Amino acid sequence: MGTRTAIVGVGQTYHTSKRKDVNGQELINEAVRRALEDADLTLKDIDAIVIGNMDHFEAINCVDCWSVDGSGAFMKPIMKVTTGGSTGGTLGSCAYYHVASGLFDVVMAIGWEKNSESDTQAAISTCADPILERDFFGGAIGPNAAEYAMYMKQYGASEEDAAMVAVRDHNNALNNPYAHLRKHITVEDVMNSPVLCWPIKLLDSCPRSDGACAVIYAAEGRAEKIASRPAWVHASAVSHDYVYFGDYDWEAMPTLEATASRVYKRAGIVNPLKEIDVMELYLPFSTCGVIWMEHMWVCGRGESPRLIREGVFDMDGELPVNPSGGVLSTNPIGATALIRIGEAALQIMNKAGSRQVPNVNTAMATAFGSCYWFEATILRSGKP
Amino acid sequence: MNEKEGSDRELLEITSGEAEHVYYWHCGHYVSKFLLGLRDKKTILGIKCSRCGRVYVPPREVCGRCFATMNEWVDLGTEGTIYAFTVVKLPYIDPNTGKPIKVPRTDIYVKLEGADTCLMHWLDETDEKKISVGAKVRAVFKEHRRGTIHDIECFTQI
Repeated sequence: MGTRTAIVGVGQTYHTSKRKDVNGQELINEAVRRALEDADLTLKDIDAIVIGNMDHFEAINCVDCWSVDGSGAFMKPIMKVTTGGSTGGTLGSCAYYHVASGLFDVVMAIGWEKNSESDTQAAISTCADPILERDFFGGAIGPNAAEYAMYMKQYGASEEDAAMVAVRDHNNALNNPYAHLRKHITVEDVMNSPVLCWPIKLLDSCPRSDGACAVIYAAEGRAEKIASRPAWVHASAVSHDYVYFGDYDWEAMPTLEATASRVYKRAGIVNPLKEIDVMELYLPFSTCGVIWMEHMWVCGRGESPRLIREGVFDMDGELPVNPSGGVLSTNPIGATALIRIGEAALQIMNKAGSRQVPNVNTAMATAFGSCYWFEATILRSGKP
Repeated sequence: MNEKEGSDRELLEITSGEAEHVYYWHCGHYVSKFLLGLRDKKTILGIKCSRCGRVYVPPREVCGRCFATMNEWVDLGTEGTIYAFTVVKLPYIDPNTGKPIKVPRTDIYVKLEGADTCLMHWLDETDEKKISVGAKVRAVFKEHRRGTIHDIECFTQI
């Protein structure tokens, strides 16, 4: 398994729809400074940096080079990784691999996006094959909307079931000072909001945000000295099977099932509902918060709507999901999945403020890319 | 000079301009043959992996699961069922044209008879109440075909 590795610092910007007060480098710098401050480190302590976003949103290709002033990578090893929506998850995996390899002691992952600088839907559409699929893709929302249309038919689920997930995540965001959207909503508000791609409505959908997040990983020996309660990485997995979107098997969700199975196995988790204390999930639409719980082995097929109605995933439920408000409240895309990891780490470190779930020893974070790429991380208060 | 022009508090935004940045995507032997099937024979071609038996549409050279080269072409005809669909109501910029797409528009995933994967296309019905997962559909071909995926005008429920 390599060198034992823990998260020791998390920083994020305040997220909003348009940050005209800063350019990209300055936005990145805000998150970097906050992460260093959180870990009580200086830039000298950072041995290497990984950075990522989705190139198409800003039309800047060499982000690794272009961002050096903001990221602090001057004369340090820095590399860019980008995997679409799951970029932040890949950044976390990559920083973890750096430290676990034994070659670097302290590594910083930075995810960022200025979604306001271009048309988000057009940029995301470029992940579909240009010759055969792009014109039928429906932007970012299309495939997930189609997936829920199919799920409703198969299991008799309703649009209200998804609306309840939207209500949970949006209302959790009221406890998160960094969240982009912070407004109390009801199921009726969701149902009455405009349809974007049937059956997904405006309040079922993530916003597009400007923001950045930085997470610091450290090796055993350093980690305990930096943080009083580090968040130890117990497992990290990535699965990808896409060639064409039409290839994907939504009944089996093979990439999500494989990713979840791998991290559970590596972390020794048999019953995720009982053994995981909190989840920060990359749910870009409320509908995903219905279907995907089943493919993460939290419950059986078709059972998710019942658990949602019983409040199992609420803040005071058996397995709180998205105390931060999740992707539905904040979505600077290249940072979004790294925020999931950062928020899960804050829960372990007992630093999540008014969104803190009591007594968290095991936390899970996931990432989802628009080509049905899934990633997952299991963090714990104890060493692996 | 008015007060605003003299202010150092103004936050500027620079546009990229009227960019026209054209790409020329290469289809290769497999996708070319598929598109020529639409243009010249008004039929949809798939390809079968001789190792795992899966029939793929659109056809491609390599079965990703088996990492095997595929050569067994299958004529899938023009009929299948709706695997999933969405009615797009939010206009967004088409990255290929730079213009907003026309809505409402129904995007479907069609499971053609004899295929294991789906073809993405449009359906000629935009009222979600009149569309159902599992409904039978048929491809409607254009009269003038140019060897693109749009040689199929759309699919229609039968």
